[in-house]
Amino acid sequence: MAETPLVEARGLHTWFELRQWGFLRVGAVRAVDDVSFTLARGEAVAFVGESGCGKSSLVRTLLGLHRPTLGEVRCEGESLAGLTGAALKAWRARVGYVQQDPFGALPPFLDVRRILAEPLKVHGVRDRAERERRIRAALAEVRLTPVEEVLGKFPHMLSGGQQQRVVIARALILEPALVIADEPVSMLDASVRVEILELLRGIQRDRGLTLAFVTHDLATVRHYAERIFVLYAGKVVESAPVDDLLDAPQHPYTRALLAALSDPDAANATRLREVPAGEPPSLIDPPAGCRFHPRCPQAMAGLCDREVPPDFMPRPGHGSACWLHEPGMAENPERPITTDGRQAPGRGGPGHDVSQSGR
Amino acid sequence: MAATTTGFRAEEPLLRVEELALHYRTRGGAVRAVDRVSFDVKRGEALVILGESGCGKSSLARALMRLLPRNLAHHGGRVSLGDTPISELSDERFRREVQWSRMALVMQASMNALNPVVKVGEQVAEPLRELKRWPRRRALERAAEVFQCVGLPLDFMARYPFELSGGMRQRAVLAMALVAEPELVILDEPTSALDVLTQAAIMNVLKEIKAEQGTSFILITHDVATSSELADRVALMYAGELVEACSAVRFFGEPAHPYSRLLMKSVPRLHERERPRAIPGQPPSLLEPPGGCRFAARCPERFVRCAEPPPAFDPGGGTLDGVGEGATESRHRVRCWLHAPNGGAEYG
Repeated sequence: MAETPLVEARGLHTWFELRQWGFLRVGAVRAVDDVSFTLARGEAVAFVGESGCGKSSLVRTLLGLHRPTLGEVRCEGESLAGLTGAALKAWRARVGYVQQDPFGALPPFLDVRRILAEPLKVHGVRDRAERERRIRAALAEVRLTPVEEVLGKFPHMLSGGQQQRVVIARALILEPALVIADEPVSMLDASVRVEILELLRGIQRDRGLTLAFVTHDLATVRHYAERIFVLYAGKVVESAPVDDLLDAPQHPYTRALLAALSDPDAANATRLREVPAGEPPSLIDPPAGCRFHPRCPQAMAGLCDREVPPDFMPRPGHGSACWLHEPGMAENPERPITTDGRQAPGRGGPGHDVSQSGR
Repeated sequence: MAATTTGFRAEEPLLRVEELALHYRTRGGAVRAVDRVSFDVKRGEALVILGESGCGKSSLARALMRLLPRNLAHHGGRVSLGDTPISELSDERFRREVQWSRMALVMQASMNALNPVVKVGEQVAEPLRELKRWPRRRALERAAEVFQCVGLPLDFMARYPFELSGGMRQRAVLAMALVAEPELVILDEPTSALDVLTQAAIMNVLKEIKAEQGTSFILITHDVATSSELADRVALMYAGELVEACSAVRFFGEPAHPYSRLLMKSVPRLHERERPRAIPGQPPSLLEPPGGCRFAARCPERFVRCAEPPPAFDPGGGTLDGVGEGATESRHRVRCWLHAPNGGAEYG
């Protein structure tokens, strides 16, 4: 890409120190461990991972709430670590944050008008009429109408979907270049979720801003993001355009994840799903080599348990941090790689029939 | 389909619920969280109760288990389990004879409710010691059996809850519910706090228990995709009422109620490119629910008739409300005037 990316993360590590008795350093929680990526202007991406995989720590580092232990985040070519005072404040105005729990994110004692006026005041919009104009515009943009009625309401008087719209309006009011939405719909009802996601995606397209979703739900991102980063135990294991990732998952972890997810279908009840044994590792003492190797059905002894896999590129624009995708490995007839995880033998196929055993 | 216990006809439902109601008293008036809900569950069958938050599905579980709040305004209806009319029992007899031993409940996030200072094995064995007065050793032996059933390593019996991950604690809670061999287990959002892979693993455990032991399940959830992992039948709740109850095949394939159809369209699907669509509007307040059909305000197919409350119709044949006399074999119920025989002319 010729233009500088909006956000660039290089070798990002966010570790949280563990101390005993307040001063003995006894290790660290490696929440984000050597993560690199770029976000282009006007792009919608999703960071997908299970709880505890470090996805929230990652976005908080992007927001500048945590300082990276190692590595750096560059915004429009400038390192975030170098920013202090006014420059850091200016960066924060360029990033909007949509929290997971809308009710928890809104101060209960302020009405909608004052909630939305707050960021404007903090960032120096002194003129009251100007503030009012922007507040009304923001509410109209998130389709909280009639605006007059909403302005005087307190958060508890709004439904969950309406609260989330206020949170989105607050994230947008300073006209950010990047909006980070951390599980924006996981607290909302199924029927409201789609509305909120459509709204976010629509605003992202209209304004040409960069949108980064953080979610654990692969099924929702298909329609609302262009690129997906799959995280596992603090690392990005796979990144690809949405359709490519969902139709041709490469990393064994992504394949396991997709095989475990279901679309509503009555036939699901009669088959067992293939689930890799074990659980995500501790981030204090992660396994050596590939972090998924203890659970991986295709782990290669002597390699996966020793060497950390770098990012390979098994398909154009499709990165996978797995030794299976080392160039030359695919020709090895003993380790066949299927391009479509859904059709690979034993993976989300007919599976075992449990209904038979009960008779 | 079920491994039926002796003495009962296979066709006789295990749980029969008629006109169940649970209303809460609040400053604003009575909240009708569960209203005239009727359904039945056969032996070895899994019924999923699906609904959005605030539709009364957790209240339904509480009403069945008699875990009633202090601000109770009204609790009514007839419930029978096997041959026992459990709604007739006194609280004391219900607690002694039914709760936990015949009907167990796994509540939402109950994995966080384990006692932190008691070993997991002891906690799982506790219902047997308390309810059945089993000696400690015998109860622990039974607990070990259940541990294997739910896929917990035996050495976890001697661990404390904080030494277990969320998924393992959820298995322990499940083991606790199963330990007294109840005929029916009610699961209220058993996996919603867990990861995708852990969730799939727990659903596998439930499927195996259902197939091997013939336990009946009521799974309460808001997650349509997960619900299809266990469901033989689906009952959809909306604003305190059951709007549709039918077989899983029918529900996930071709539901009859307009709300069911819209809900299915709002579910994002992994392997489909069609975009999900939102349902416009919001559920009504349960303080003063609309007099007619409660979904009418959001329904694209509403007509004049919807101003009156619709009874539960059988879209196949057309019978009266409930599961009493005249109920046909199809067991499909839809609370919608669109499915009234002859346009609902004989009702009024």
